[in-house]
Amino acid sequence: MAEVEETGKLMFADLSDVSISGDIPVQGEINVPVGTPSQDKEYSTLDEPVKDTILRDLKAVGKKFVHVMYPKKSSALLRDWDLWGPLLLCVTLALMLQGGSVDRKDDGGPQFAEVFVIIWFGSVIITLNSKLLGGTISFFQSLCVLGYCIMPLTVAMVVCRLVLLGGSWGFSFIVRLIVVTASFSWSTFASTAFLADSQPPNRKALVVYPVFLFYFVIGWMILTFSPSA
Amino acid sequence: TMASPDDLKFQEFEEATDLLLADPGASTFSMSGSSSTTPAGATGDIKLDMSDDEGQEESSELLRGEKQTSGFWTFAYYQSFFNVDTMQVLDRVKGSVMPLPGRNFIKHTLQSSPDLYGPFWICVTLVFSLAISGNLPQFHRGMVPGVTIAAVVIFLYAWLVPLGVWGFLTWRQREERQQRGYSFLETVCVYGYSLFIYIPTSVLWILPFEWLRWLLILVAMVISGSVLVLTFWPVVCDDTKVTAFATVATIVVLHVLLSIGCKMYFFQTATLTPVPTLAPNHTAAILTNKTH
Repeated sequence: MAEVEETGKLMFADLSDVSISGDIPVQGEINVPVGTPSQDKEYSTLDEPVKDTILRDLKAVGKKFVHVMYPKKSSALLRDWDLWGPLLLCVTLALMLQGGSVDRKDDGGPQFAEVFVIIWFGSVIITLNSKLLGGTISFFQSLCVLGYCIMPLTVAMVVCRLVLLGGSWGFSFIVRLIVVTASFSWSTFASTAFLADSQPPNRKALVVYPVFLFYFVIGWMILTFSPSA
Repeated sequence: TMASPDDLKFQEFEEATDLLLADPGASTFSMSGSSSTTPAGATGDIKLDMSDDEGQEESSELLRGEKQTSGFWTFAYYQSFFNVDTMQVLDRVKGSVMPLPGRNFIKHTLQSSPDLYGPFWICVTLVFSLAISGNLPQFHRGMVPGVTIAAVVIFLYAWLVPLGVWGFLTWRQREERQQRGYSFLETVCVYGYSLFIYIPTSVLWILPFEWLRWLLILVAMVISGSVLVLTFWPVVCDDTKVTAFATVATIVVLHVLLSIGCKMYFFQTATLTPVPTLAPNHTAAILTNKTH
C-alpha cells in the first residue's frame, strides 16, 4: 500500500510544477464537416422561384399517382412520402359525396366533414393496427400509402356521378356496382402491394383485412350515393 | 446440516416461480442480485425485455400468464396485446362459433394469452355489417347515423359488460378466496370473440323473412351465449348456488338484450319506418320496401 502511495506522490509531484493561469487562450480549429455528397444536392430551396417549388411537389405527387395506377414493388411511395396527394383525393371525394339526396326529413348523404373524418380516422386506425402487429413501416408512410390508394375509388366516384346522370336504377346500378367493385379491389390490391412487405409473414392477413374493410366501406358510400332530386 | 446461502437462495426463487404460476396476478419483483446463483434455465430477472423483436416472443413463453411489466405509457405495452398470428386469430374465431361442453374458451382456445386484435376488429366489422345491412332497404338515408349508433352500442357492450363481469367475479373470488379468476383482458377477449357469430347473422338478416330473422337470432344467441356460459360457469360454480345462477343469468340476459336491440333498431319492418317523400325514380325502392 505504501508503495502505491509513494508512486502516486511522485506522479503528482511532476504536475505540481505546472501553473495554470486563467488567461491562457485556447487555440485550435473547429471543423464542421461540409457534408456528404448527398447532402450537397439539397441546396437551399428558399431562393428558387415559387413556381419551381410547386412544380417539383406536383411532379412528386403525380409520380405517386402513376405508381398507384400500376402497383409495382417500387419503394418511391414509401421513401418519399407526402400527404398532399391523400389530402387532394380526400377533399375531392368528400366534395363529391356530400349533399347526396337532400331530404328535409332525413339526414341525407354523408356530409363533407363525415367523409373526411372517416377517411383520416380510418387510415390512422389501420396504421396503428399495423404498427401494433409489429410492422416496420413508419406512421406517415402508411398514411401516405393508404391515402394514395384511394385514387381508384375517387375515379370510380367520378364515373358514378356521370352514370347517375342517366338514372339511378337498373342498368345504371349494375354499371356502378361493377365500377365500384373493380376500383375497391384495385385499391386494396395496390395498398397491399406496398404495405404487406413490411409485415412479418405470419401476420400479413391480419394487416390486410382492415385495409379491405376500409376500402369496402368507402366503396359502399360511393355505391349508395344518390344525388339530390 | 446447514444449507449454504446459495442453495437457500435458489430454493426461494423456485418457490416464487411456482407461486407465480399459480397466481399470475400477483405483483412480481425483479431480483437481479440473485442471477449469479440460478442455473441457466431459470431467469433470475423477471423483467421483460421490451425490444420489439423475437426477444419478446421468448420472454412471453417463459412468462406465460404473467402480466407485462413495461409501463402503460410505452408503445411496447400495447404491442403485447397484439401478439397474435393469423392462424391463432382464425383458431380463436373457430372456437367462438363452436362451443363444446367442457371447452372453456379462455383456458382452451386462448390458452391464457389474450389479444385485443380479435375483439377490436370483430367489433368494428360488426358495427359496419349492422349499419350496412340495416341500411340496405333504405340506403338513400345515408348510413352515418347508423354507424354512429352501432359503434356506440357495440363498443360499450364489448367493454363495459366485461368490466362489470370481471369486477364482480374478482370481488367474489377475493371474498371466497378461490383460485384465480380471469384477468380483465381475458374477459374482454372472450366477449369480443363471442360477438363474431353476429357478423354473418347480420348479413343474413338482409333476407326479408321475419321467421328466418328470428331463427337466425336464436341460433346466434345460443352459440355465443354458450361460449360465455361455458367460460364463466367454472369460475362461479364454486360460489353459492344463488350467486352462480344469478351471474350466469345476467350474462345471458345482457347478451339477449343486445341481440334483440340490434335487430329492432337496424332491421325495423317497413310498417314502423316512416316513408319519406322521394323523387319518382325512388318509387321502385319503396315498393320493394313494403313487402318486408
